[in-house]
Amino acid sequence: MTTIAADPRPRHRRWSFRAVAVRTGLYVAMIATLVCILAPFVWLAISSISSQADLITIPLQWIPAHPTLSRLEALTFGSTTDDSALAFRAALGNSLVVVGSTTAIAMVTGTVAAYAFARLHFWGSNRLVYVFLATYMLPPIALILPVYEFLSGIGLLDTRIALIAVYSGFVTPFVVWLMRGYFEGVSTDLDDAARVDGCSRLGALWRVILPVSLPGLFSTAVLAFLLCWDEFFYALILTQTSASQTLPVAINDFIGRHSTDFGMLAAGGLIAALPPVVIAFVCQRYIVSGLTAGSVKG
Amino acid sequence: MQLFAERQLKLTRRLPKGEQWLAGAMIAPAAFVIFFVAAVPLVGVLWMSLFHHVLINPNYQPFVGLGNYTDQLGNPDFWAAVQRSLIFTVASTSIELVLGLLLALLMNQPLRLRWILRGLVILPWALPGVSNALMWRWIDQAQYGALNALLTQTGLSNSYINWLGDPHIAIYMVVLADVYKNTPLVALLILAALQTVPKEPIEAARVDGAGSFQIFRYITLSWIKPVILIALVLRTMDAFKVFDTIWIMTKGGPANSTQTIAIYAYQTAYNTYNFGGGAALGYLIALLIAVLAAIYIRLLRGGTAR
Amino acid sequence: MATKVRYRIAGLAAVALIALEGCSSSGQGSSGGTITLHALFMKQAGYSDQEVADMTTAFEAANPDIKVQTEFVAYEALHDKIVTDQVGGSGIYDTVLMDTIWPAEFAHAGIVQDLTSMLPSDFTTGVFQSAFAGGEYNGHFYGVPWLNDTEFLFYNKAMLAQAGFSNPPTTWAELMTQAQALKSKGIVQYPFVGQWAQSELGVCDWTTIAAGQSGGATFFDGSGNPTFNQGGPLAALQLMAQMKNEGLANPASLGYGSDDVRNVLIAGQAAFGLDWTYVYAAANDPSQSKVVGQIGITAAPGGGTNGGMSMAITRSSKHVDAALKYDLFLASQEQEEKYTDNALPEWKASFDKPDLAKGAPDLWAAAKVAFNTMVSRPMVPYYTSLSNALQVAIQKALTGEETPKAALDDVAAQVPNMANQ
Repeated sequence: MTTIAADPRPRHRRWSFRAVAVRTGLYVAMIATLVCILAPFVWLAISSISSQADLITIPLQWIPAHPTLSRLEALTFGSTTDDSALAFRAALGNSLVVVGSTTAIAMVTGTVAAYAFARLHFWGSNRLVYVFLATYMLPPIALILPVYEFLSGIGLLDTRIALIAVYSGFVTPFVVWLMRGYFEGVSTDLDDAARVDGCSRLGALWRVILPVSLPGLFSTAVLAFLLCWDEFFYALILTQTSASQTLPVAINDFIGRHSTDFGMLAAGGLIAALPPVVIAFVCQRYIVSGLTAGSVKG
Repeated sequence: MQLFAERQLKLTRRLPKGEQWLAGAMIAPAAFVIFFVAAVPLVGVLWMSLFHHVLINPNYQPFVGLGNYTDQLGNPDFWAAVQRSLIFTVASTSIELVLGLLLALLMNQPLRLRWILRGLVILPWALPGVSNALMWRWIDQAQYGALNALLTQTGLSNSYINWLGDPHIAIYMVVLADVYKNTPLVALLILAALQTVPKEPIEAARVDGAGSFQIFRYITLSWIKPVILIALVLRTMDAFKVFDTIWIMTKGGPANSTQTIAIYAYQTAYNTYNFGGGAALGYLIALLIAVLAAIYIRLLRGGTAR
Repeated sequence: MATKVRYRIAGLAAVALIALEGCSSSGQGSSGGTITLHALFMKQAGYSDQEVADMTTAFEAANPDIKVQTEFVAYEALHDKIVTDQVGGSGIYDTVLMDTIWPAEFAHAGIVQDLTSMLPSDFTTGVFQSAFAGGEYNGHFYGVPWLNDTEFLFYNKAMLAQAGFSNPPTTWAELMTQAQALKSKGIVQYPFVGQWAQSELGVCDWTTIAAGQSGGATFFDGSGNPTFNQGGPLAALQLMAQMKNEGLANPASLGYGSDDVRNVLIAGQAAFGLDWTYVYAAANDPSQSKVVGQIGITAAPGGGTNGGMSMAITRSSKHVDAALKYDLFLASQEQEEKYTDNALPEWKASFDKPDLAKGAPDLWAAAKVAFNTMVSRPMVPYYTSLSNALQVAIQKALTGEETPKAALDDVAAQVPNMANQ
């Protein structure tokens, strides 16, 4: 392992004051960093289970005197008649449907297209990838206005199907970009072997390449999921009621509705954060490799 | 070897007709999706930007050519928004790069339990943007927020500061939220690059008597420069487009002090239903980003001669 | 080839799923003979969703050939939904809830019907005149007034008594005197709390205060020229800035909305505050309020902002008469007097009925005065742009970034541009 502070000087000097001081400093830095990273999130979690009285006592109590799980329950599984909690739950459902469908569509169409780009070097293939990339560079406002008017005209505003269609539009280029890079790293020998055995191109893809590319597929799918779950702008514009509002929009509503119910805000923010955070922790390796492969190679 | 090369040639140069069709068919679904959601609206927005198009006034939509563009470019509010975007971008990107680099270096050290750090560092990035913004909005809350509580309880401040209500401070609080969320990404990218730095030159340099800092500056840094540039490009583009964080935290206020161009464009289009103006703004922003990207790509190409 | 078939089936399945998903969202129908109306309301706008449902059921019972489908959306979505439905949309809704700041914009765009000649005379004479102004533009009425609300001046009786004042102020000058006394005697640190965040509510407070200044809340002259940078509105903004600078107004007001003002009042941390009707119930609720019985309510000196809403009938409606019948039913004296927990009636006669006012005599007495003196915010088609600019100007004046006059002059200079959009 190559490090900067590693001291390759002769052994009897390893415990010199300077080396110890440096190592201690690094440990302190590590702990300080961990605190900085975790503290805000931990505070969010604590706030979500603090009672209102705890939240508005001045000076602030860091450990709540009367913790309560009622808000978290109301927003997820418990029974509730609170309008905004029901809307939040509907939004959770919408998010799952929309993001799941989009990921599926983008992965299927994007992977197939990426394979074509990687293997079948046809005219303009390089240029097209840049076109796909260009869509990433555009601010969402530059695309949404005609889409909004179009959907309004055909009565598809405030529907999940519209969101799925729009999201697919910007997640697919992302999938194409990542998977193409990945496929280019897979040796063509595998393709050839499959075709020699009598498979068509698509057959080779399905039977040989995809199974080999599972890690790449997985990391791309996870990244696509995270990208969508996070999406706020299009959802804000294209949705109006809990028929199609996704979680980010529900949170935005929360702010207006519970401008002084800080615990509720915290609870909403926490629950919305849990799926992606859990996924990120579990699939970390894949996420990091996906991101670095895409950008370091790309 | 030669056989392999021949086979490669066959596969790439002369695509049989059947394969061309297949290539087209495989691209088609993705292209279809992207075409309708990206390409068509792109043209649609360009077209829309050439008309006076206020949604609530559907009967009066004359062609104004570049009128919307000149209106926006001549509008001091637009330039104020651009300036705020620049402040936001420069502040957040530079802080993220510096902190990200330091964090990556830290994670690269052979410390015990560093796997904890490496494992947890992804947390802020995984937070959805709205959750992150909400969290920081709560922390920065003037009366009951954790930030003021921390500062007053540790004696660093003796009064409650109105972080999000003061036009001079609000933009930096938004930068803070953005830095928190995105530094891990930069750090992870740089860490991946650090792990590919070859050991031989470093060891050779040490043998020659070079100090840690010199090694870092001349060897490590130049090796990871391409990744740093990529991170810079990505973060700059994202920072210019930033909407979610600011919208949730301040909605562009107070007194428009956090109204960056993305927020400004949204408000032009949706508060006053001026779709023509909003469309023109969309293109102006895209142009700005493209110019920045071109500059960076120039730098990238120039700086990676290794 | 098996794989190709597999792909095709998967593709068809996906398409089918998507199609089904899309089909399941909207479903509306009206059987032959009966008319089905579509009404769009706002959530938690005065009457609760359940109360509106009850009123609707009563209407349907009295009119067997009319059915009403109601829909409730959040306030932020209401404006958009109306606009997108009517402009280039499917035009589903027959009647919609319209905020008092939208008639000019909607009428100018032609998306609501002119109801001036259709309102029965007993309605126009029986309801408070200033409530009608909430649906008026250029002398024509575009809405049936339904939800009545205005800003009241809430005050802490105990604090005032401590300072030696037995009555709440009747002018803003008097309020300033009382506030100064309260502060100098150390009774409360910040006597006044306002909803002065950069939002529509800031404009509401400003309008209310302007109504009590000499010149009143006149924002435009007869020819459409801006006059809000002079007279009453200017004096109001200067007063607000003065309150902030002298420490009479809570500095956190610059981030406050209605809920925040309510919270400060019922926590006993302010002596004066402008807010809407709903604060009264909270102030006397022992589970929330620390000052039960201490909060008094009176009409804002000079008048309060009209914060009401009316029911408009859309241009696309094919059942105008039926929709009007429904709206008038909702707004009828009988219905409004039935459900007075969440919203006060808009009929003058209701306020002469002591048993209605039994639960909250202070509120009803104050409302009787306040509903007669409501003032409107500027009624211009470009109100959204204007309000946005005014909100920023108010903030700049209050943070001291600009003088009130300069801030308002800036907005006045932008008016010609806004008017031409």
